[in-house]
Order: sequence, then structure tokens, then C-alpha cells
Amino acid sequence: MSEVLRRLPAALAVLVAAALPFLLDDFWLQTGLFTMAAVVGAIGLTLLVGVAGQLSLGHACFAALGAYTYAWAVGESGGRAAGLGLPPLLALVLAGVVAAVAGALFSPISGRLRGIYLGLATIGLVFLARHLMVNLEDATGGFNGRTVEPFSVPGFSFSNEDPDYLAVAGVEFEGLHRLWYLFLVVVLLAAWLGRNIKASRTGRALANVRDSETAAAAMGIHVARAKATAFVISSAYAGIAGALMALAYGRIAPDLFGLQLSIDFLIMIVLGGLGSIAGAAAGAAFVVILPLVLTQYSSDLPFLATPGSGGLDAATLARLLYGAAIIAVLLFLRGGLAGATGRLRHRRAPHPADTDDPPPAPPPPSPAPPGAATPAPSHPGVPTRSKETSP
Amino acid sequence: MSYFLTQLANGLSYGLILGLIAVGFVIVFTSTGVLNFAHGSVLLTGAYLVAVLQGPVGFWAAVVVGIAGAALLGVLINAVLVRNLAEANPGTAAILMLGVDILLLTELTRRIGNRVLPIGAPWGADVVAIGGVTLPTSRAIAAGLAVVVFGLLWFLFARTGTGVAMRAAAADGDTASLMGIRLSRTGAAGWALAGALAAIAGVFLASFPAPGVGPALAISAFAAIPAWVLGGFDSVVGAIVGGLIIGVVTALAVGYESHLHFLGRGLGEVVPYAVMILVLLVRPSGLFGRAEAVRV
Repeated sequence: MSEVLRRLPAALAVLVAAALPFLLDDFWLQTGLFTMAAVVGAIGLTLLVGVAGQLSLGHACFAALGAYTYAWAVGESGGRAAGLGLPPLLALVLAGVVAAVAGALFSPISGRLRGIYLGLATIGLVFLARHLMVNLEDATGGFNGRTVEPFSVPGFSFSNEDPDYLAVAGVEFEGLHRLWYLFLVVVLLAAWLGRNIKASRTGRALANVRDSETAAAAMGIHVARAKATAFVISSAYAGIAGALMALAYGRIAPDLFGLQLSIDFLIMIVLGGLGSIAGAAAGAAFVVILPLVLTQYSSDLPFLATPGSGGLDAATLARLLYGAAIIAVLLFLRGGLAGATGRLRHRRAPHPADTDDPPPAPPPPSPAPPGAATPAPSHPGVPTRSKETSP
Repeated sequence: MSYFLTQLANGLSYGLILGLIAVGFVIVFTSTGVLNFAHGSVLLTGAYLVAVLQGPVGFWAAVVVGIAGAALLGVLINAVLVRNLAEANPGTAAILMLGVDILLLTELTRRIGNRVLPIGAPWGADVVAIGGVTLPTSRAIAAGLAVVVFGLLWFLFARTGTGVAMRAAAADGDTASLMGIRLSRTGAAGWALAGALAAIAGVFLASFPAPGVGPALAISAFAAIPAWVLGGFDSVVGAIVGGLIIGVVTALAVGYESHLHFLGRGLGEVVPYAVMILVLLVRPSGLFGRAEAVRV
């Protein structure tokens, strides 16, 4: 019974997400697509940062790799920028694979550096990626970027054509509606996979490495390989997220994949609560939606000035709120949004069984291995004590 | 040959300015364990104060105010925000600084707008030429001043009680605390020092050949991150050497870009990071960094 209750919020969220295209206008649909693309990337990053304790500011690099791989693989070979003309589904998988391979190539560094040291080293990747994006004009279209072919499976296109007219329950399903469901499926797959990785042998090994590398090594975990694995997994997620971003934008350019994107991904998972899949989704929604909504509805807010007049315009207000929200969460909410909802839930109905994880995830399925000298996979909100564990 | 020497001199002087910024990163990191992503906005704040005040009160008074303002800003960030984190660990502190950076940079960008504020330095756009090597006067002064500042830093850390306390706190905070060193004070001193160094660097980064103070100045602090990382995260000497390496490599890459065309346009922006990654591949903890020792 409690199992059903615990899964209820997630199931409700999925139902609502599936129903939304019947109600929303194009602006909100577009916003939703951006959000879902970001959710996939944020889940990947939270596996790396929250579970394995490795910081990365290179997420934008792998997102860019995924986006351009997708655009390049589905692009017509005769177009202005080169392409392979592959089927889109294959290209989507390829986007993840190429990003994962790139992540694996970085393993001499990602396996050896720890925590924020890795975070600093990965900043370099963003600038390298930008250099490649601008200079490999044949594949990337250079500074101006390239257009992205719409997604399709044989006989059905996720655009406004083929079939030209499609209506469900009286609502015409255009490209945005169709893409919504594609994105939703990818997000659910990503979340399901992410949760399983977290609860699996690999995930527990990663959490062990985060809590103490020495203890992990003593338990027989190959620390460098575990850290490199986490980096590869998160790179693959970023690659898929990049491909989704490419689909949502319809046109990609180097400026989309700057350091700011990496920073935004990091902020999403910290706001949501490190290590929590649902938290990553909530953080992604907040980070993506806030500036878009403020810009869209700024004319309705009387105290805002027009852009460029030196007063407080919508974009500035969005940035200020964004910065203030980050600071407020870090100062007052231990464990981010997920940690806060978890505490709220505990206050209402004390449940000794699920002290271990943020709400939507079930408790780890298997008990701790016998001879439990391992530090238990700790709640992300609990600071670790011993010296060598700080990331 | 004189072209090469000119590029080299430019690179060295730029590298010394980067060193000022990178040392700020090191000091904040060792004294409070914070990866200071807001360093660029602190630098911009200092330079902005100088640019705004140099008209009414004169350049030198404005510089004093700018340095003091940046130092005070750093101390406030540490006292009000960093020390009140819900979970104090390097990761969340780094994100907190990203938030602070967004706030500061947004507000400064709003104030500056599309303008570029002149810094009003007395050396203006002068150039010194010695034996065929030409160097902007501002860069020559920056290089000389940076060397003096590094000397003072050495004196501070090696010969004064405050400096020794700061080193002790960086080496082992718990033990230092038990010995009667107040970590709140060493932390504040570290932030103040870093802010002051950033403001000095900001004044020179906004001088000729740069046009003046604009929001892009905050990005220039990011150029010091590769210098900091490849020098080693916790070494002041490493940060200075790293700054020199990055400065020279950048200047040469820009100066000889026409010969390096096969590597693509805009080489100067990416070369520092490429060098950083190459160094990390060989030495993961940087040139001068301590490999982490783990006690069980």
C-alpha cells in the first residue's frame, strides 16, 4: 500500500504531463519542450554530481556534441552543411553514443580528479567545443549554426506535415504537440534508467566513492573506473539532451552551448537537491521556465521598464530572481527542493522506512551487504564528517 | 625577432595580471575552501568604482576606494553568505558563488548598460619602446606593480603573524582553530586580499589597450582559471607561474595566428584551456599542487 502511495505523485505528474498538450498554447508547448530537454540533461548531471560526487562544468560540451551529432546525422548530404541522411531514431541514439565516447576519452582526467577539481578542469571542454563548433564549418555551419531536420519515424513525422492534419479529441496535433510526446517518452526513459542506475550495484559503488574513496577502494571498487563510468553515463545523458534541444529549437548555433548552459544545468540540480531525480526535474523546470515566462508576460507587470532604458527590465528581473533563488535555496533549504519536500512529508507522516531517499524514489531495494563496514549511501542532505570525504 | 620579443613582453605582462587574479582564487580557496565563481564580478565592481569615481575625486583616490570596495565586498560575501550555507561543502559553496555572480553581474550590467566607462588612468594610451620592443605603458606599470605585490605577499605569508596564521588555517583548519587561530578572521583576510588583488588587476585590464570598463571585464577573470588550475589549486607560486604560462601562450597564439591558421580562427580564446587540459593529463593536480594525501 505504502509502495503505491509513494509512487502516486510520480504517476500523477506523468498523467498531467500527458494531458497538457490538450490545454496549452504554442508558447507553453515550446517552453515545455525546452524544459523536458533540460530535464534529461539534469538527470544525467545529478547522477554525476549528486551520486558520484564529481562536479562537471563540461555538460554543455557534451550537449553540443549530441546536438550537432544529431543534426549532422539526419542532415541531407547535399545541404549547405554536410550530413549523413540517417533515420532520426538512429541519429538520436548516435547522439548519445558519440557524447558517451567523448566522455570516455576524457577519462584519464575524469577518473583521476575529484569533486570541484574536475569541475574546473571540465570548463576547458566548453571552450574547446566552442572552438570546434565555430571552425568545423562543414559539419556545424560555423558561427551561424545549422538547421535541424524534424524528427520522424517511417510514415509519421513530428512536424506540421505527414500527416498534414492530425487531431485528437478535437485538438489539432501540430509539430509541437507531437514532439511533446516524443520528449515525454525520452524523459520517462531517462528518469527510469537514472533511478535504476542509482539503485544498482554501479550506483551504490558511485555513492561509496563519493562518501569515501579510501573505503570504496578497500571494498574492492576500482575508484578511477567508477568515476570515469559516472562521467560517461552523464555525458550520454547530456548528448541525448543536446539532441532534444536541437529538435526543440529547430536550429542550433554555438552560442546555445556556452558555459552558461553548463552553469544552468548545475544550478538546476542544486536547486532540486543533489542526487534526486525528481529534484533534477523540478530544478530544470524552474530554471527554464522562469526567464521565458517573465519575458513573455513582462508587459503585464507595471513596474517593469522597457529594455535598454536603464530601468528594471524583464530580462534583468529574471536574472536577479534567478540569482536570489539560488542563494536562498542554498542558505535555507538543506538538500534543495527534494530535501524540503522530503522533510515536509516526514513531518506529516513519520515513516521510518524511507529516511533514505527523496520522495519519489523507493528505498534501496536490497539491504546493505553483510559485514556492513560500508558507509550507507547517505542522504544527500547530510554533510559527511570525515576529512577525506569532502569532494 | 623584435616582433617575437614584443609578443613575449606583452604575454609576460598580461600573464602577471592574470597571476594577480589567479592568486586571488588560490587565497580564497585555501582560506575558506570556496571556488570563487564571483571573482570576476568582484573584479568588475572594483573597476566600476574606479571608473565612476575618477571624475569627481581623481584617479588615485578612486583606485583606493575601488580596492577597498572590492575587498569589503569579498569580506561581506564571506561573512553574510558563505558562512551561513545550509550545508557547507565546496560544491554548494561554488554554486552559491555562481548565484552571487549572477546578482552582481546583472546589477552592474544594468548600471553600465551599453557604455564603456573610461578608467581615466594618467598613463593613458602611452607606449614605451625599448630596443625595438614596444609595450603599452599601462602593461609595463602593471608588470612592475604585480612583481611588487607578489613580493609583499611573500613578506605577508612568510614574515607576519597574520600571514602565518592564514597558512596554518589553510594547511589544517581544525588544528589551527585549536591553536587559537580564529578561522573567521583568516577567512575574512583571505577574501579581502583576493578582492583587493582583483581590483588592481581590473584597473589594468580596463586600461589601454582595452577600451575601458564594460561588463565583459568580468569574463576576463575566467581567463585566470586555467592559470590557477594548471599551477595547482592551492599554490600561490603555482598561480603566478600558471599566469605567466597562460599569458605568454595566449600572446604568442594571437601574435602568430596567421601562421597557425590550420588550427582555426579565434585561437587565443581556446589555447589557455587546451594547455590546461594537456597539463592536467600529465599532472592531475597541476604543476605545483600537492597530490592529495589521504589518512585512514
